[in-house]
Parts: sequence; C-alpha cells; structure tokens
Amino acid sequence: MPRHDVLVIGAGLAGQRAALAAAEEGVSVGIVSKVHPVRSHSNAAQGGINAALQEGDSWESHAFDTVKGSDYLGDQDAIEIMCREAPEEILHLEHLGVTFHRNDEGRLGTRAFGGASQARTYYVADITGQAIMHVLYEQLMKHSELISRYEEYFTTGLVLDDDGNCAGAVMRNVSDGTMELFEAENVILATGGNGQVWQPTTNALICTGDGIAMAYRVGAPLMDMEMIQYHPTTLAKKGFLITEGARGEGALLLNAKGERFMETYAPNKMELASRDVVSRAEQTEINEGRGFPDGTVALDITVVPRKRIHEALREIVLVGRDFAGVDITREPIRIKPGNHYAMGGVKTDVNGATSIPGLYAAGEAACVSVHGGNRLGANSLLDTLIFGRRAGQHSATRAKQIEAGRPSSAALADEERRIAELIGRDRGKGRRASEVRKELGEAMDQHVAVFRDAEGIKTALETVKRLQEESRSAYIDDLGAVFNQDVLGAIELGFMLDCAECSCVAALHRTESRGAQYRTDFPERNDEEWLKHIDLTRDSDGPEISYSPVTITQWQPMERTY
Amino acid sequence: MPDYTLKVRRYQPESGEGAYWQEFKVDLDPDLSVLDGLLQVRDREDGSLVVRCSCRAAICGSCGMKINGRSTLGCKTQIAEAHEQANRRNGGTEPIVVEPMANMPVIKDLVTDMESTHWTKIRRVTPWLLPEGDPPEREYVVPPESMIDITQSMACIQCGACVSSCLSLEVDPEFIGPAALAKAYRFVGDPRDAEARGRLYDLAQDPHGIYDCTHCFSCVDACPKDVAPMDQIMRLRRIAGDDHDIDDVNNGRRHESAFTKIIEKKGTLDESLLLQESYAQGVKGKLIPTPGAIKGLVGSLPTAVRGLRTGKMRSLAKLIPGVHEKLPGDAQEHVQRIYTHAEEHREELNLYISGEEELEPEPDEAETPTPEAAIEPEPDEEGGR
Ligand SMILES: Cc1cc2nc3c(=O)[nH]c(=O)nc-3n(C[C@H](O)[C@H](O)[C@H](O)COP(=O)(O)OP(=O)(O)OC[C@H]3O[C@@H](n4cnc5c(N)ncnc54)[C@H](O)[C@@H]3O)c2cc1C
Ligand code: SF4
Ligand code: SF4
Ligand code: FES
Repeated sequence: MPRHDVLVIGAGLAGQRAALAAAEEGVSVGIVSKVHPVRSHSNAAQGGINAALQEGDSWESHAFDTVKGSDYLGDQDAIEIMCREAPEEILHLEHLGVTFHRNDEGRLGTRAFGGASQARTYYVADITGQAIMHVLYEQLMKHSELISRYEEYFTTGLVLDDDGNCAGAVMRNVSDGTMELFEAENVILATGGNGQVWQPTTNALICTGDGIAMAYRVGAPLMDMEMIQYHPTTLAKKGFLITEGARGEGALLLNAKGERFMETYAPNKMELASRDVVSRAEQTEINEGRGFPDGTVALDITVVPRKRIHEALREIVLVGRDFAGVDITREPIRIKPGNHYAMGGVKTDVNGATSIPGLYAAGEAACVSVHGGNRLGANSLLDTLIFGRRAGQHSATRAKQIEAGRPSSAALADEERRIAELIGRDRGKGRRASEVRKELGEAMDQHVAVFRDAEGIKTALETVKRLQEESRSAYIDDLGAVFNQDVLGAIELGFMLDCAECSCVAALHRTESRGAQYRTDFPERNDEEWLKHIDLTRDSDGPEISYSPVTITQWQPMERTY
Repeated sequence: MPDYTLKVRRYQPESGEGAYWQEFKVDLDPDLSVLDGLLQVRDREDGSLVVRCSCRAAICGSCGMKINGRSTLGCKTQIAEAHEQANRRNGGTEPIVVEPMANMPVIKDLVTDMESTHWTKIRRVTPWLLPEGDPPEREYVVPPESMIDITQSMACIQCGACVSSCLSLEVDPEFIGPAALAKAYRFVGDPRDAEARGRLYDLAQDPHGIYDCTHCFSCVDACPKDVAPMDQIMRLRRIAGDDHDIDDVNNGRRHESAFTKIIEKKGTLDESLLLQESYAQGVKGKLIPTPGAIKGLVGSLPTAVRGLRTGKMRSLAKLIPGVHEKLPGDAQEHVQRIYTHAEEHREELNLYISGEEELEPEPDEAETPTPEAAIEPEPDEEGGR
C-alpha cells in the first residue's frame, strides 16, 4: 500500500505545483491523476497569467482590479497574498524554462486582458497553460526520486481516520481496475473545476468536479458555489473558447447590425470590461433580437494585424479553421457566452487548508476566495500556482510535525462494494448513465446561467434531485476491469450531481445580483444583506446553508463601472 | 442529420479473443469530429468502446488514433472529411476506418500503451532545462525570436501521432523518434540551456538518434500541431554538424553533407560520388578512405545491392564515376542560385512567425515577400545563444 507524507490528487497546474513545493521541503510526495498529467485541463488556458512585474505597475493595482472584478466578494487578504507573490512566481517559472513571450529588449513582455487597468498578462503565444504545465511536468520527471507519479489512477473517495483527520484516499488503477487504499498524512485536492455539469462548456470532459464532491461528502464546506462564470467568447455548438487574448489584442464585438454594442454597456473599457459584464451585454443583445439567428454575436479579429495574429493567436486561427470553418484573419467569427469556470469550490484558508485536518485544496477545485463573484481573465492560472505552492509547503510542514492516524481498511472495502454494485446493476431497469448526464447539462445551462430567476433555478433543482434518484439505478455497459471508462463515467456523474445541487441551492438562496450571479428577480447588488459568502455543508438531506464574512482589508465596496 | 459508418478496430483484452472489426452507424452534423462519432457510440450504444479523450479541441493530446490509415487526432478530424476520404480511397461508400495508433502496444480498443514507447523516449532526452549556475535575480534576457522559435516545439501536445506514423520506428523500434527529438530541440534551441553541445553529442552518437531519421515526412504530415518534428531533427543535425562540428557513428553527417554538395555541383544526385564523398570527403577523384570509412563503404554495399533489387537504385552503372549525366541548359546555374540564396538568408520558417499559408509560398513570392507574408529573419545561430 503506497504511503506518502503528502498525497496530491490532481496533476494540473495546481497539483503539479503543490507536489514540487512539498518535495522541496523534503517530504515524500505522491501525485495522482485520472489522466496522464499533461492531459489535464490546465492545458486549455490560452490567454496567459497575471502579475504586476512591469515597471510602473504595482501589486496593489492588480489586487484592486481583482477585488473590483470579484464584485467585492473576494477575500482581500487572500487577494493581497496572490498579487504580492505573483511576480516571484512568474520569475520562478521563467527560470524553470517556460518560454514566455519577450519584448524587443529580450525581457518578459505582456498583453492586455479584461478587467485590468494595466497590461500585466504574461504569455506564451496562446498556449500559456500548456507551456507552463509541460515545463512543470519536466520538473516532475526530473525529481522522480522525490515524487512518485501515479498516472491514470482515479480517486473514488477520501478516507478519514477515527479522529476525523484526512488520512488517505481510495484509488482505482484505470489500466487494470484494481482498487487500492493510499495512506497519507495530508491530502491535497487539486482536481480542477466542474464545467461538465453544464452543456455546452469550454471545459474538458474530465472536468467533473470530483474533488469538490469528494470533500463535500466527507464534511468539508463548499463556498461561492452559485458563482459560475460564463465566458463571453465561446463557439456556439461545442462551447470551444476563443481566448480573451483576442480582445486583448484589439478584436471587436459586433451585433448583427454591425454595431459595436459594448459602447452602450461599458463605454470606457469596452470589450475589455469584466467577463460577467461582457457576457450579460452579449446575452442582452441576443435576447433583444440584435444577434444572429443562431443566437450569437460576432467577434471581429480581422482588425488585428495578421503578423500579430500568427505570432500571438495562432491557436485560435486553428480553432476557427478546424472547428468553425472560419478563417479568423479574414472574417468575423460567431460567438456567445458559454459556461467556463467555477469560482466556488472547497472552502480553504490562505494556506489551502480546509476545515478537515490534513485535507487541503488548491486550484479551481478550491475557493480561497480570490475570485469572489467573477474571476478576471488570467487570474486562474495564478491562483493555481500560488495556492498550489502554499498548500504544498504548508502540508509538508504539517507532515513533519504530526503523526497521522491510520485510515481503516473498511474504507477500501466500502468503495469496492459501491463499484461492484454499480457494475452489477440490472441493465433493463434504469436509464443509461450517459442519458442522465446529458439531461443534467441541458437543465443547468438553461436555468443556472447568465440570467437567472427563482422559478428557473427551482426547476433546475427539481431536475437535479430527480436525476440523483435516477442515477442510483442508472446502468452502464462495460463490466470489465481493464480501462473501464464506463464505470468511471458513472462515478463522475454522482460527483457532478452533488456539485449541481449545491450550485442550485446557493443560487436560489442569494437573492441579489453580484458578479456572475444575475437574478432578474433581484437585479441589484445588496451589500447590506449579501456582502457575505454562502457556505454549504453536507447534511443528511442535502446541503446545509451557513455564511462566512468577506474579508475586507483596504478596499470598501464601490459601484462597479467599466 | 447524415449517417456515417465507423469501422472500428476493437480489442477487448478480457474477452480472451483477438482484435476484431466492428461497424457502428452514427448520425452527426458533418462538421463534428470522428471523436464525437465515437463518443456517440459510447453514449448511446456501447459503453465498453474505449478511447482516451478530454479536451475535444486538439489541446490535450489524448485522442491519437489512425483514421483511414493516417495517424492523427480523432477530435481534429471532421467526420464528413473522413467520410469523403474513405470514399476517395476505396471508391463507393466505404466506412471510415478507425484504428489504434501504430508503433505501440494496444491496451484496449483505441487505447495504446504510450508509457513504454513514447514517454520512455521523452525521458531519454533529459527533458528539462539545464541552465548554468544560479538563476538571475530577474528573468533571463534572451532574444525574443529565440522564444518564438522554440515555441513551435513547445506546441507539441505529446499525442503520439508522429510516433505512430514514423517509418524509421517501424524498422528500428529503438529510434528515439520524432516527438522526443522535437522535445530535444526545445532545449537545444533555448539560449538558457547550457548543455546544448552535450545534448547534441549524445543524440548524434546514439545510433538510434538524430541520424536514424530517414526524412520521410510522415511525422510532418501527421502532427496536428504543426510541430514538424522532422524539421526540428534537421535543425538538430545542422547545429550539431555545422555549429559544433560533431560527427556521428553512422557517418550520417558526412553522408548528408555529401548529398547537398553533389547536388550543388551537379544539379542532380550523382550516386557514384555519394559513396566517395560520404566516406572520403574532399579527395577529388581519388579514394583515400579512413579505416572506418572503408568499413562503412563495404557495409553499404549490401544496401546498394538491395536498392538495385527493389528498384530504388536504377542501375549499377550509377555507381561508376563519370557516367552521370549533366543537366541541360542553364538548369545547373538555377540550382546554384538556390544554394546562394539559402546561404545568404539562412532563415527559418516557423509557424509562429509566418502563419499558415505563407509556409508554402509560390516560387516567385519566395523571392520577394509581400508585406503580408513578411517573414522575419532569425538572428544567426551564434547570436541566438
Ligand atoms: C478553455 C479555457 C481557457 C482558459 N484560459 C485561461 C487563461 O488564459 N488564464 C487563466 O488564468 N485561466 C484560464 N482558464 C482557467 C484555468 O485553465 C483553470 O482554472 C486551471 O487550469 C485549473 O487548474 P487546476 O490545476 O485547478 O485543475 P486541472 O488542470 O483541471 O487539473 C485537474 C487534475 O485533477 C485530476 N483529477 C480530477 N479528478 C480526479 C479524480 N477523481 N482522481 C484523480 N485525479 C483526478 C485530473 O486528471 C487533472 O490532472 C481557462 C480555462 C479554460 C476551460
Ligand atoms: S521524418 Fe524521420 S522522424 Fe519523421 S516520421 Fe520520417 S523517419 Fe520518423
Ligand atoms: S510532435 Fe506533433 S504529432 Fe508528435 S507528439 Fe507532438 S503534437 Fe503529437
Ligand atoms: S480530445 Fe484532446 S486532443 Fe483530442
């Protein structure tokens, strides 16, 4: 049975950074991922990563933009830490080998991004996430004596010891179906977001909220689950993302009449206002009949010089060509708001610690909360790295100080039974698990999206509850052990339904509009009642609601205009 | 929605049976992908059909497979295109043929064992930066072009399509292979790396290294991210040979430079000179080879004979000096002008600099680039380091 001081679950940017930081402290580290680490979704981040590193910029300015972007729901102590530590993190990555874009002097160069008062986004063409993640993976290979990699291992659940400390997790080896209990003094969840709960989404098929649900199931509170970002520029059919970098480079948003409609909604920042603002503007244009018949508006990238497009936006040239049949250098491309990012997640402190001793979370799975009601573009990669590193360091220090209890091996038997039951289900009786998944995605996209109201959210919540019931008898086809993706899909479906329920409950409960939560029945922000986080803890019949205050250090809430 | 037929090569290891073919009908928008088709089968009909996938957008590198015999990504191949291609190749209404990648063992259906093939070789090239001394306080200051230059190999998503398509790997499974060598260029081309020479020496000396590639272009065709692994290998060779004067055990470097020299002189390949130039360079008309070269020369005779048999070499007379025909008219001068131009410009086309269509310029465009197609010259290699 593998045993580690620090066991990292998830090998995207947050997980890999956490593993490297913990290993640097000299403890034994294991890192688990249900897909090969470089397949992790951090790959998809095209645009870049923020840091106030340029002369004339300051971490305070970065922090203020983040606070304002969050619609004042972000915790300012955490935001300060993130923005203060950002420059050093960028330099660290550069030293490890990330091929960041350079300016003419050969120094790090930046691009503009939405919601920011300065051009402070560092990037590698438009493969920033991929480039950083592959470089971190190089480091994992380099330090393979210190860090054991478990590639294509699927975590099915967390295990506590008798005193309620997190003491390990149960794994299924994807390649042969064997189940194993991994013991650990500390577990760091870095399992990413849950975009697959919505259909369509910019997120990859593996973004099913596993860690969020696993933490919730062992009693850790979730926070800000109603805050779901819809990205302004996604392709209609499959939800693919066109990076905000395009607007950063000067691309325009036009309605069907050819009007640059952002002039009405954000006269100063125009296309580069915060994402919630731009998405609502687009959706309003579409709803009021000024969009195209397929429910889209246009993004005009042809105004960006061709040479610059090829150098900095090549990935979207390919996306346009391969997935929309459009040459973005010659004609506008049709886009609409689409599900993109979970601001909420497992509630942690600034060291990534959850309320369960020994359980940490970092990255999109976690909620520190630095993004509050709305995440700024290029702040998520930063979040994964800063808080991934801090969780790695903190858990390593903890590992040196405490002697953890042992998880009971009953946990393994329980998980094995659960999966055997799933595989053994009667195929005639219930629905196909994949059907349930599809219905979930459609309901959530219809009712818990850019514009929401009580009636719609209630409909979604009822659907989710029914689907939870149906999922208990939903069946699969693959009864084998080797590479059984079918059974993993059914387990993921359970995780997704938990996440969906929490998002509905929180969205229904917050009777105001703030950031990504826009309630047509409560269109105003209400600081008096709602300048607070909604926390959800699992109870026998669903999530139980409590609140935690928003930490304010130096920026009092103001009206938010762009 | 139109119907398509997918003919999938399946292998279910627990069934006790060998691989078999199975056909599935899918109804899909023509602009969706072959992967979308497979996922539809999985969702609606047979959940035991397995294929690695995640991003659906040619970013994560999971879904390498062979479609109609060509190594590519399932998510990047439009189903309508694959359908047309199948028909063009076989005539009539043939199904789209989907198979697991080649040059790697199959685990189940379309899932292959990339660890034992691909990743082992990636680790072979010491895939991490080896800078000299402690890092500077701020960033390393490097020419901006050098970062754009290696971004092409950084764009690799480790999908394995090139590995699956590589002809050299079919013959020599130990060949380090296109993806790992492209990864090696990412460090050799990085001015922050202090071990370029050591890396190059290692890759030139390894008989399965940079000179084991046969220039077949398959990897260039297969790569979904335009990494052009073969180009990266050629750059490794050139930097090893020209800039570091590194010879290799297979005599590949001298063979290559003989090749180019002969064409410069004669316009076409005079095969009689090739052996001589490869093994006893620079000694005009006389064969004074080194002992190693004699061994190489003798060793290559069976290849020549095999070449004759398979028709690759058209006649034995070609090996006799002086028999080779001259080019007609001023063709030879044209060839020489190409050499001069290449020598003067020594620039490298990189997608991040030149864009898509400019990569294959019309012949006259190449002489006078239009402003749109402007290609930034690279600083010469020395300045870049
Ligand atoms: C299209 C797109 C573009 C984006 N662009 C940007 C950008 O430009 N800038 C920016 O800052 N942010 C961007 N983001 C957001 C950012 O990419 C993500 O929020 C961030 O990468 C999340 O990283 P992570 O490490 O938390 O999780 P991920 O990278 O998603 O990694 C999750 C890991 O957990 C593993 N895992 C999950 N469940 C299990 C399980 N049950 N068992 C074992 N392992 C498991 C997975 O295998 C994976 O390794 C973008 C997001 C998308 C979708
Ligand atoms: S060009 Fe070389 S590396 Fe590429 S497929 Fe052919 S033999 Fe393999
Ligand atoms: S070089 Fe291209 S084909 Fe080869 S692994 Fe990388 S992305 Fe795939
Ligand atoms: S699914 Fe990611 S590359 Fe095809």
